[in-house]
Amino acid sequence: MSERASVLEVKHLSAHFETEQGIVRAVDDVSFSVKEGETVCVVGESGCGKSVTAMSVMGLVQTDVKGDLFFKGKNLAELSRGDLRRVRGNDLAMIFQEPMSSLNPVLTIGEQIMEPLLVHHPYSKKQARHKAIELIELVGIGRAEQIFKSYPHQLSGGMLQRIMIAIALSCDPDMLIADEPTTALDVTIQAQVLDLLRTLQEERNMSMLLITHDLGVVAEVADFVVVMYAGKVIETGTVHDIFASPKHPYTKGLLYAKPVLGNRTKKLYTIPGQVPNLVDLTPSCYFHERCEHAMDICREKMPTLKLEDRQHVACWLYEKEVKG
Amino acid sequence: MSQSPLIEVKNLKKYFTQKSSLFDRKPSPVKAVDDVTFTIEEGETFGLVGESGSGKSTIGKSLIRLHDISEGTIKYRGIDIHNKSKKEMRSLRTKMQFVFQDPFSSLNPRIRIGDALAEPLLDHGLVTKDRVRDKVKEVMEICGLPSYHIDKYPHEFSGGQRQRIGIARAMVMEPDFIVADEPVSALDVSIQAQIINLFKELQEKKNMTYLFISHDLSVVEHLCNKVGVLYLGSMMELTTRDKLYENPLHPYTKALLSAVPIPDPTKRRERIVLKGDIPNPANPPKGCKFHTRCPFTEDICLKVQPLFKEVEKGHYVACHLV
Repeated sequence: MSERASVLEVKHLSAHFETEQGIVRAVDDVSFSVKEGETVCVVGESGCGKSVTAMSVMGLVQTDVKGDLFFKGKNLAELSRGDLRRVRGNDLAMIFQEPMSSLNPVLTIGEQIMEPLLVHHPYSKKQARHKAIELIELVGIGRAEQIFKSYPHQLSGGMLQRIMIAIALSCDPDMLIADEPTTALDVTIQAQVLDLLRTLQEERNMSMLLITHDLGVVAEVADFVVVMYAGKVIETGTVHDIFASPKHPYTKGLLYAKPVLGNRTKKLYTIPGQVPNLVDLTPSCYFHERCEHAMDICREKMPTLKLEDRQHVACWLYEKEVKG
Repeated sequence: MSQSPLIEVKNLKKYFTQKSSLFDRKPSPVKAVDDVTFTIEEGETFGLVGESGSGKSTIGKSLIRLHDISEGTIKYRGIDIHNKSKKEMRSLRTKMQFVFQDPFSSLNPRIRIGDALAEPLLDHGLVTKDRVRDKVKEVMEICGLPSYHIDKYPHEFSGGQRQRIGIARAMVMEPDFIVADEPVSALDVSIQAQIINLFKELQEKKNMTYLFISHDLSVVEHLCNKVGVLYLGSMMELTTRDKLYENPLHPYTKALLSAVPIPDPTKRRERIVLKGDIPNPANPPKGCKFHTRCPFTEDICLKVQPLFKEVEKGHYVACHLV
């Protein structure tokens, strides 16, 4: 399973925003790849840059994005606007957290599903309509004809998220980027949407980049996990390795801090303090203020991602010369 | 327990009327809470769980009379709070406080948090003016906010600190009962753990009683002694935490529990996936409200609403099949 081709390769991606307070390094030198048919989860807390990473891949960020993005071997930065437009929505699709605000309230569901079909394919209106109804049925909503004619406000949050998935899948993308697709939904509906995403992915051998803060969701769907903190990747590895033997103190903290069903402890483990302000950070491990193992070097130099066992981790604890 | 419960809710109903049009003569009520009964003992944490539209916030607000109720009684230490005059209620309110999901939107952005915390104390005349600052500082420290923050404005705090302010504002009145409505849902995991621990600490130190409203079953398991499961305004199951999590009887509770993602990739469980959506609370299904999504529906479920009955000691379920 390790020798599958990469669909998406992110190399040294950085997205910096200039604000009145200074430069915010929302995403700083992030690299990872997504293989064919694989689900990669980017996990982290608010402000760690996970959404900006996803948006940068889609080219939706209004700032200078540095680094290289290869999609099926093509460098996205070198594509013309027209070519990029053909890739986006067609080969590479995205769904967002808030289905309510991503759909146009004055167009019917049907019109919105048909739009990418008409733009990217030589479909006639009649064919597009036929395909749209098929898609509505595919994502598990009955009464497709009726839904086709309704407006977004007439549907519930779970149904709207299914519609978003239908739109994203309309052009048979090779890769789906999902930014917190179930965060706004109730648990029973979340279970439905996760199941749907998983079966669709298996049927189509689609790759998926899933952005989430919920470690439970990660454990359920991911093959490979990228943990981010303050704009940096701090640990990557397969889902089994990350959950069985987390290396970075932050990853450990995240796993221990979450209350788990059927696992009652008297007191929850907490990570002290809070995420640092991303403005003008000095070179150091950004986690050092909250880390119980912080050493002198952590305050002075930034650790880089290094292979340790089977995971990559950015932490001075695992540097041989520092340990010795 | 021998003494009477701290909070006693009997046949609580709250209907909201909605007019679909100007000419609608007989507006149909939305039964947000429909005949709910439970008690909360002193020093206990009662968890209310349910999905959106199940009426959990409406119950929370009714318990401290943030709005009136349609029918039923709510007693605090044997006093029927919905039967009291505004004046009597005012002094009772100091003992019952509310913590909201988003503390930022409930804080005035132009008032320093020290002043915001002092206001209720001075208003109720609980502390004299020259003592109030010390009192506020003391409560801030208890809630894990360093007291040098006293002259800051709400926007200067992070999400977790704001929730601490929200809790401090409830604690400053020295209540014995707090309704906490999704107090950790908006927080990140690492911050969420800090706030959950704070709730536990305060309970141990001050013998607090909580009504904890949440949609997150793992948080509720961690924090609560007794749990009530709501669906479309009705209580589906009510029992102690241990019984509910180890031996859930209602199909809805089972489905809810199985839908919670477990952060362990080696444990991919058999999951009961419910069909369809939560029905519109304005027009709930006849018979058992859950029958449209229940995997075990029988004929009787479509026609008769099941009674909320005690199936074993301290374990109440509303289901025909149990």
